[in-house]
Amino acid sequence: MIILKNLNKHYKSVKALKNINLHVIRGELFAYLGPNGAGKTTTIRIMTGLTKLSSGKVLLNRFDIEQDQVAAKKESGLVPQSINLDQELTVAENLDIHGMLYQMPLKARKFKTDELLKYMDLYDRKTTLVKQLSGGLKRRVMIARALMHSPEILFLDEPTVGLDANIRRRIWAIIKKIQQDGSTIFLTTHYIEEAEFLAQRVAFLNDGEIVALDTPKNLMEKMGTWAIDMFEGSRMETTYFQTREAAKKFMANQKQSFTLRRVNLEDAFLTLTGKKVI
Amino acid sequence: MIHGCLAIYYRELMIMKRRLPKMIATMSVSPLLYLIAFGYAMGSKINVDGCSYLEFLLPGLIAMSSMTQAFSIASEINIARFYWHIFEEFQAAPISNISYVTGEVLAGMTRAFVSIFIILILGYFFGVVLSCNFFFWLAIILNSFVFASLAVGMAMLVKSHADQSMFSSFVITPMAFLGGTLFPVDRLPIWAQKILFLLPLTHASKAIRSASLGNSPEYSSYIILFLTGALFISISFLCVNKARD
Repeated sequence: MIILKNLNKHYKSVKALKNINLHVIRGELFAYLGPNGAGKTTTIRIMTGLTKLSSGKVLLNRFDIEQDQVAAKKESGLVPQSINLDQELTVAENLDIHGMLYQMPLKARKFKTDELLKYMDLYDRKTTLVKQLSGGLKRRVMIARALMHSPEILFLDEPTVGLDANIRRRIWAIIKKIQQDGSTIFLTTHYIEEAEFLAQRVAFLNDGEIVALDTPKNLMEKMGTWAIDMFEGSRMETTYFQTREAAKKFMANQKQSFTLRRVNLEDAFLTLTGKKVI
Repeated sequence: MIHGCLAIYYRELMIMKRRLPKMIATMSVSPLLYLIAFGYAMGSKINVDGCSYLEFLLPGLIAMSSMTQAFSIASEINIARFYWHIFEEFQAAPISNISYVTGEVLAGMTRAFVSIFIILILGYFFGVVLSCNFFFWLAIILNSFVFASLAVGMAMLVKSHADQSMFSSFVITPMAFLGGTLFPVDRLPIWAQKILFLLPLTHASKAIRSASLGNSPEYSSYIILFLTGALFISISFLCVNKARD
């Protein structure tokens, strides 16, 4: 369970987060969606103790990240945006050192390393140096490392950024599997389809503020079911409809080129924030 | 606390183990050149304070090398922090600042000891065998502790790797040459001696040389080194918090 109460963060005069309130329930896969610079990484950094909050409260299960930092940190695992593995060490050594940092005894570390590498389909890479792995494999090692101390909460900060579509889908399957095994997952992403595919609930973050919070289905339904994108020169305008018939009726009167499609989460985001997710 | 400290230290040891052949080669170059150029070629017929220049030089090289190698942990921390972002992994882990600093300081001290063994072996080939008694090792422990602690603090304060290089150029390199390593400090004017007295390396050189030549220990140097080390490690603890934005 993750609770954020009136969370604020400012860097001198810049307000990075403005009064964030969230309650992620145990076992939920929650997506935190927003454009670059919206404050997604700042929120995760605060929740994992990497950045100090300016005001408010962050509770991981029942532990306050500022007051009871050691206990709170044990509750969570972090997969940061940038690859932060020890490149000169092997896959198993990276996991082992993580286990040591979380006070796991030697026997438990060895067992968990083998178990996780099999779970993540990385067992044959156990003794490979991290620098010899591809980007996708490094991401999987990072997820395995974050799971090493069996955290209840897993923070994933843009876990598929820079990966090709095939590997991204593989990571999605792994994330789903981890959640089905009982973990609470807090995922930040700027890939709308990632949030749509994975998350049970989504929060839209814009300029440090949550502008919407609901299930992907509810957020999309608020827009309608069908969308028509009309193109005029370099401009594109989208109109939303509850039924396909209503959309067809509208199209009949149009002279410019258009595309009829189903409403997606990006439509909800664009309408609520007025921004393109890039 | 022990677990966190051991994890940090173990990680550094694993990296050191991977790089050991390269490290040994790198650590051998400078002392070898100093021994050939200043000790063997120039100083073979010079006597300093009643001993040959080679005998005078070797303890100085040990002091210099233990300083530079202990301080070099700062570069490792910076690489981990700015390039590989591994520092975030430690920050997110449930370990205290004390564990982190102690682990890194121990790693810096270990590097210093590796370099000292290399110099002692080189010295043996040049015909200089030092008295490696208790006070000799105590002075080395204190000297490497001082500079490893300074390194961790500096690594937390700097904003980039370039800042780190600047500190080395303006503080560590001049100290390496002027801290009583290559020549006796008492040959300089009084005002210069007073300035050099403020440098921990001057005391380390004095203590190491005195112990290795079998003279009575310079207790004041040990006390100064211990106090400086205690001050630097305390500053390092505070600096780790600073690194959290």
